[in-house]
Amino acid sequence: MRLLLADKPASCAAVFLIAMLLCALLGPILLEEVASKQNLRGRNAPPFLFDQSWTMWLGGDQLGRPLLARIIVAAANTIAIATGAVIASMTIGTLLGLAAGWSRGRAGQLIPRIADVIMSFPSLLLAVIVLYMLEPSVGNIILVLAITRIPVYLRTARAEVLEIRERMFVQAATVMGASTRRIVFRHILPVILPTLVTIATLDFAFVMLAESALSFLGIGIQPPEVTWGLMVAQGRPYLVTAWWLSFWPGLAIILTTLSLNLLSNWLRIALDPVQRWRLETGGKKNG
Amino acid sequence: MQRFLARRAVSSGVSLALLVVAVFFLSRLTGDPTDLYLPIDASAEAREAFRQLHGLDRPLILQFLDYVGDLLRLDFGDSIRRARPALEVVIGAFGWTLQLALITMAIVSGAAITLGSLAAFHVGGVFDRIATFFSLIGASAPDFWVAIVAITVFSVGLGWLPTSGTGTLWHWVLPVAVLFIRPFGLILQVVRGSMITALGSAYVKTARAKGVGARAMIFVHALRNAMLPVLTVIGDQAAALLNGAVVVETIFGFPGVGKLMIDSILQRDFPVVLAAIMVTAFAIFLMNILIDLAYAALDPRIRY
Amino acid sequence: MAEAQPLLEVRNLSVTFDTAQGPVRAVRDVSWSVGRGEVLAILGESGSGKSVSSSAVLDLIDCPPGRIESGQILFEGRDLLGMSRAERRTINGRRIAMIFQDPLSHLNPVYAVGWQIEETMVIHGTSRAEARAETLRLLARVGIPDPAEAAAKYPHQFSGGQRQRLMIAMALALKPDLLIADEPTTALDVTVQAQILALIEELQAETGMGLVIITHDLGVVAEMADRVVVMNRGEIVERGGAAEVYRNPQHPYTQRLIAAAPGQGAMRETRQDASPILSLRHVSKRYGAFTALHGISYDLHEGEVLAIVGESGSGKSTTARLLLRLEEASGGQALYRGQDLLAMSPRDLHALRREIQMVFQDPTQSLNPRMTVYQLISEAWAIHPGIVERARWRARVAELLAEVGLDDGYMSRYPHQISGGQRQRVAIARALALEPRIIVCDEAVSALDVQVQAQVIRLLDRLKASHGLSYIFIAHDLPVVRDFADRVLVMRGGRIVEQGDVRQIFEMPREEYTRNLLAASLDPDPEVQAQRRAARQAMETA
Repeated sequence: MRLLLADKPASCAAVFLIAMLLCALLGPILLEEVASKQNLRGRNAPPFLFDQSWTMWLGGDQLGRPLLARIIVAAANTIAIATGAVIASMTIGTLLGLAAGWSRGRAGQLIPRIADVIMSFPSLLLAVIVLYMLEPSVGNIILVLAITRIPVYLRTARAEVLEIRERMFVQAATVMGASTRRIVFRHILPVILPTLVTIATLDFAFVMLAESALSFLGIGIQPPEVTWGLMVAQGRPYLVTAWWLSFWPGLAIILTTLSLNLLSNWLRIALDPVQRWRLETGGKKNG
Repeated sequence: MQRFLARRAVSSGVSLALLVVAVFFLSRLTGDPTDLYLPIDASAEAREAFRQLHGLDRPLILQFLDYVGDLLRLDFGDSIRRARPALEVVIGAFGWTLQLALITMAIVSGAAITLGSLAAFHVGGVFDRIATFFSLIGASAPDFWVAIVAITVFSVGLGWLPTSGTGTLWHWVLPVAVLFIRPFGLILQVVRGSMITALGSAYVKTARAKGVGARAMIFVHALRNAMLPVLTVIGDQAAALLNGAVVVETIFGFPGVGKLMIDSILQRDFPVVLAAIMVTAFAIFLMNILIDLAYAALDPRIRY
Repeated sequence: MAEAQPLLEVRNLSVTFDTAQGPVRAVRDVSWSVGRGEVLAILGESGSGKSVSSSAVLDLIDCPPGRIESGQILFEGRDLLGMSRAERRTINGRRIAMIFQDPLSHLNPVYAVGWQIEETMVIHGTSRAEARAETLRLLARVGIPDPAEAAAKYPHQFSGGQRQRLMIAMALALKPDLLIADEPTTALDVTVQAQILALIEELQAETGMGLVIITHDLGVVAEMADRVVVMNRGEIVERGGAAEVYRNPQHPYTQRLIAAAPGQGAMRETRQDASPILSLRHVSKRYGAFTALHGISYDLHEGEVLAIVGESGSGKSTTARLLLRLEEASGGQALYRGQDLLAMSPRDLHALRREIQMVFQDPTQSLNPRMTVYQLISEAWAIHPGIVERARWRARVAELLAEVGLDDGYMSRYPHQISGGQRQRVAIARALALEPRIIVCDEAVSALDVQVQAQVIRLLDRLKASHGLSYIFIAHDLPVVRDFADRVLVMRGGRIVEQGDVRQIFEMPREEYTRNLLAASLDPDPEVQAQRRAARQAMETA
């Protein structure tokens, strides 16, 4: 905690992310109705009209729905999809990576090939192709994004295991007679977990961008469901006359990914004993 | 060296084969294949005729063998919408994508490596903070959003640049600029991190003890050691561009392979989609070999 | 050597590093000087700040987190600290040069060694062609065979000793007035160490440069130094001629340090009545075409310390790894209570793990950094249920910690929160938790400072008596073996050269190789070392 406060940008990022999380959790309950209420007089209402209800401060969309409320409600879907995809890909990827790194047999050879196949394809395109064959529902989008991100965890976990399994403390555990399961889950996993969590933070941002791009291309979430990416796409035809339709949801995406990037940067330093002093000395003598 | 290339070819061949199988079964098992090959408004008779013509009523295994046989002969069939061989259509589009990727990656790599190295040398300084801040914003920006904002400002608002197409040099400015942002941010981050490690290493200390100047220390002693992880990200980013920067190509109406793939998907032009998948996968295979060769050229400890 | 002005003089230097726990004063008010043709040794244990002042001489201290608080560094009367970066660069490498411990990480891995040596000359104004010719001459001078070919090779293609020769060639390229050597032989085998030290001495005699040698090893001081300064916790506690300081140390710290030096106690008398507890017969190990172990046979007797000594690549650690089944042997038998260890099923092996335990070289690496001391020790009982019931774990860990000399306040600490010596004690407690019969110590005290080393050896000795243990003690450091072992086995190139009682090996070695090994090892006493050197030179000229 003390370390987090030492890095001001990272503390701001954490505060912003907590706020977003609250929006995602509470937004749909409190604002669902307001956000979907059409109001023909408020069509494409410009932002910063502070005499209106606060939900209209960022303007209204093409159907006169208040943008701010829509952004808060859309946070739920956007974050739910990203969270689901990150957790699923991290779990599966890590388990496969542990198996691939530990096994000296065929599994060790074969599992990395799976990663190669998925990686020979950029995630966005893979998602496009699979969603072209499957129904674009929330579950399927999570599934597709999760599959495309598995290689990242798989490769990292495997590379780390290959290195750590040669370390002395793993050999010490072998000498004590520890079982394979014990060595992998009690000795190796805790050591590589910080690295994986750092990657996951970064990946969360990546998945969010990918989801937005899918929605933008029209093969992600379908209306009346809504995500930030979809809002940007829906605002595109009105770009010249009502820039705010696309601008605000885009800004929400940028700020969220930026916060995640900052947090991930901080995590990387905070979890690395070699670089930690940079935070601990507070950067007061930097120069 | 030859053994390495052979091994690499075999393992990529396995990957490609898995991909081929996956694509086939996904396209057959998830619904009526005529949905994939024929326009959505095709009549029931047309579907039936198509089935018989292409043997879609035969057992799955025979269909699969046919499909593999066609692939081996590089016969992807004709584009349904364009009445030209699918492969030809894809290769035409791929040329554009290749140019776009090369130009963008050359600019990105040069800028990110230089600025990242300097930021690492002045860790914590003003320059480092500015570089880090901008690279973080760059890495966080959704490209479709940047693209439409850029069009609004520079093309519609100021009227300086064309909105889409490829006619003149000016047409390239916006796509390259938009594609530049994210890879630049990501690569700069990696360069910076890797250079901080390299500059703190024992051999740089030796160089200091020898009296080596700052510039040679950064760009001669540290940079070459720091390049391996950087090459990996450059490879990943280049791969993403080679596959067609789907979103950016679509928005700017750039006739590359990404736009082609999206269009073909929306137009249900399955032969083109398949050909595009294969061509880009092959291109990425070649690029990965180049990256591996670059590793070996940079680090004498790596020998294949 | 009564020069009016010393070549280099460090005056009242204080350096502070900013850390999480607040500023740490790495050196306080340190002064020393060295003249032309003179050898000054800076002696200290890890964390004593012995390298800091020489880093300041070469402008190698990172600021931040480092900060030079006060003092002067006078080189031929001019204060280096007052000069610009650019001016100091013209001195670094040309007038003052440095060689480091661990030459592998100090040579740039991606450039050919010839290029790296040339670079020193080129940046100080020599032409490329001239530098190239000079490089070949230097490589020949430091004893690298086939210089032309060697110059095009990369650091990883050389052996440890050769790499240090390359560093020396690079440092001496411009015939500096002063050479600073920071632990130049620490990771090297004894015979290689002797060669490198001899080379440095020769080159110093040739060029008349001043030499500052930073070391933790009293033997190196005895071999090389005219004068010595002793450092402890950032301060100089004693200074004087090398021989006087050894004979008549004034400061209590120096006295303790010299008393702790191994190789001075009485040797053990071997008991003849013991029976073998473990017998190796024709054990071999091959890696592809390379044979690491050529069918070796030996016995370990009940209650004895069997030392296996040898240089790197001798196969001494391979033996241990095979016994503990960390690797599979290629052939042979290892009989323990009539059972062949090397052919056991995984199930029998699991039970047997209790009986034979291991203590590794570097406790920093052999303890899982994410487990507390309590977790590290009690894990043994989770793996082998039935030794200690869960309710008694905490009490038993406390008992074991007490046995290795730590109180139960250490239970909740993590390895990085305790010192190196304490970590090795925890590693020993962990081995004891399984109540083994045999403990294999693989270089178990090599990474420790001398005083800590002496304590750990005493601990091992006490535990042997109280727990009825037998040790296989693998080491490269002969003085430690001399003090601790009952029997000694000398290995080289995967074969046993000689085995015998400790007294026989040290006093009447039968084999040439054993004699060389003993002659190369350094004695902390400068006078003994002078005699040995004379004897060695006589042997060479004869």
